[in-house]
Amino acid sequence: MNGQRVRSALLAAAQGLLLSLLSLGVSLLLFILFVLSLVFVGLGIGLFTTPVIVDAIRAHANQRRTFAKDWYGISIHAGYRPLPGGPRPGLAGQVERTVHMLKDPATWRDVGWLFVDAVAGFVTSLLPWALFGYALYGLVLLCGVWQPIVGAGGTFWFAFVPISSWFTAVLAALTGLALAGVALRWNPLLLTGHFQMTRALIGASEKRLLAQRVARLTETRHDALDNSAAELRRIERDLHDGAQARLVAMGMSLGTIEALIEKDPEQAKHLLAQARENSAEALSELRDLVRGIHPPVLAERGLGDAARALALRMQLPVEVDVELPGRLEEPVESAAYFAISEILTNAAKHAEAERAWLDIYYNGTARTLRIAITDNGRGGASLEAGSGLRGLERRLGAFDGVLAISSPAGGPTLVTIEIPCSLAEPGHRTALR
Amino acid sequence: MRVVLAEDLFLLRDGLVRLLEAHDFQIAAAVDNGPGLTRALADLRPDVAIVDVRLPPSFTDEGLQCALQARSEQPGLPVLVLSQHVERLYARELLADGNGGVGYLLKDRVFDADQFIDAVRRVAAGGTAMDPQVIQQLLAQRGGHNTPLERLTPREREVIELMAQGRSNAAIAERLVVTERAVAKHTSNIFTKLGLPPSDDDNRRVLAVLTYLER
Repeated sequence: MNGQRVRSALLAAAQGLLLSLLSLGVSLLLFILFVLSLVFVGLGIGLFTTPVIVDAIRAHANQRRTFAKDWYGISIHAGYRPLPGGPRPGLAGQVERTVHMLKDPATWRDVGWLFVDAVAGFVTSLLPWALFGYALYGLVLLCGVWQPIVGAGGTFWFAFVPISSWFTAVLAALTGLALAGVALRWNPLLLTGHFQMTRALIGASEKRLLAQRVARLTETRHDALDNSAAELRRIERDLHDGAQARLVAMGMSLGTIEALIEKDPEQAKHLLAQARENSAEALSELRDLVRGIHPPVLAERGLGDAARALALRMQLPVEVDVELPGRLEEPVESAAYFAISEILTNAAKHAEAERAWLDIYYNGTARTLRIAITDNGRGGASLEAGSGLRGLERRLGAFDGVLAISSPAGGPTLVTIEIPCSLAEPGHRTALR
Repeated sequence: MRVVLAEDLFLLRDGLVRLLEAHDFQIAAAVDNGPGLTRALADLRPDVAIVDVRLPPSFTDEGLQCALQARSEQPGLPVLVLSQHVERLYARELLADGNGGVGYLLKDRVFDADQFIDAVRRVAAGGTAMDPQVIQQLLAQRGGHNTPLERLTPREREVIELMAQGRSNAAIAERLVVTERAVAKHTSNIFTKLGLPPSDDDNRRVLAVLTYLER
């Protein structure tokens, strides 16, 4: 018997204690509340209580999912149907929400699970710690505690051992030790069983997950197309009002110069200077436009150096830390670059930060690009606050990327982005012209 | 003066060749790709190389890499890098060896033929020619409060900008329409405020300023 086994058995006992409180206490309570609330739907009160209780049930179930994943690596997918169009205010919205929740089969699976959890779930989580506890009790009895009890009258039972003498007390203690042995051997297995039962009851089916995936893909594809159309419109407008107009002006100046060059050389010279200025302006506008479409450094050097160059362009000092084993897929590089650019600009402009820190890291085993941007500004940023962050999240969604913000009022703000992607194979990148 | 020119766009290469020949430069080679540039720099050992950052075959920063490589083999080989965009990151890499004889300009600067030729000559002579945009990027950064840079007067900022481009006191005086003595006073003020050792050598003082700004 090695230390590793003892440790995991003891850990399972502690986890079991927590789980048995959750299953007998919380699951049973929620089950009763749900049934009551359902009964009261007829009276109207249920319309208001049901969504609250269903939310609580989901939180309770999600808590168990987290434990399953963290403790025993068992993934239990949620798969609740999202409320289409978000919650609406008023009585109609309340009715809609209740009906939506009650129509979701996941709700009923949860309720069924609550009941089973309160019984079978309780037993599987009770044993890991109760076995140890009982073994301990047997040892305490051996210390002589059995004497006064037996002296007061009759036989005293420890499990199946009647204690009436030192001999039987020792037998009881040995039985206790045997139980502890059982706990040491089977504890993790008991909890694995507990979570597997949970998965069987509330884990979303393959079909369900696929349906959700399709819905998500439809949504992100729609966003991506919308986004690229808007981007093209912006480029068209910029070219039309900028470089194109300047070239027209230049052409006109040159025409006038042609006519003036002999009659009024002074004026022609002046116009020439103007034409040159226009061409320089047009170039500088084109340069800005190009930077907005695909920054040249990104094409030339990849995300790491592009982020460094970007940091050097920022108004505030940015400390950059990059750990990339090579170049990433081009669309991901570009999306990541613009996300970083937007977040750093936010930090300088809205958060009035004095400094920022940028970390870019590629996790080769998880095949994930992770970007963390911290600033010491005044915080208070959120996805809901109508900042560009929501749009950013949608654009990252096209890559199955996620964005998380922690920004308490008063700062600091931490924005984390994760994008699943693989490294570009050298030589497979398209040549850029 | 013998020049090696590397630019992949025919129109620009042709224009540059004509411009340089009109100013009595001798074109030793005009190439349109990275490997060609590396060969030309090694075989011809020109007085100055004018190089576009982005070159075939990779269309990344091939030109810059070739130039840096050649400079590591021939220390101080004068190189003027041209690009459609300027980045402090690249400027830093070019200046890193501290040997001078480097230039980094936007392609637009070719428009002003006199200034461009002046820059080429300066680089060939071992000086520096940094694009004003590089300096502006440096000065635009808010370095927190009370940095020495914030203590410069607007006039001194103008002077440091020109100084960092690689101009001599005389050239700065001409540009700002002041006397050379006034410029000398400004520069010595700047050196004091930034805590740099005073220097008369144009190249050394540019490097001093840029090193200071890159901190």
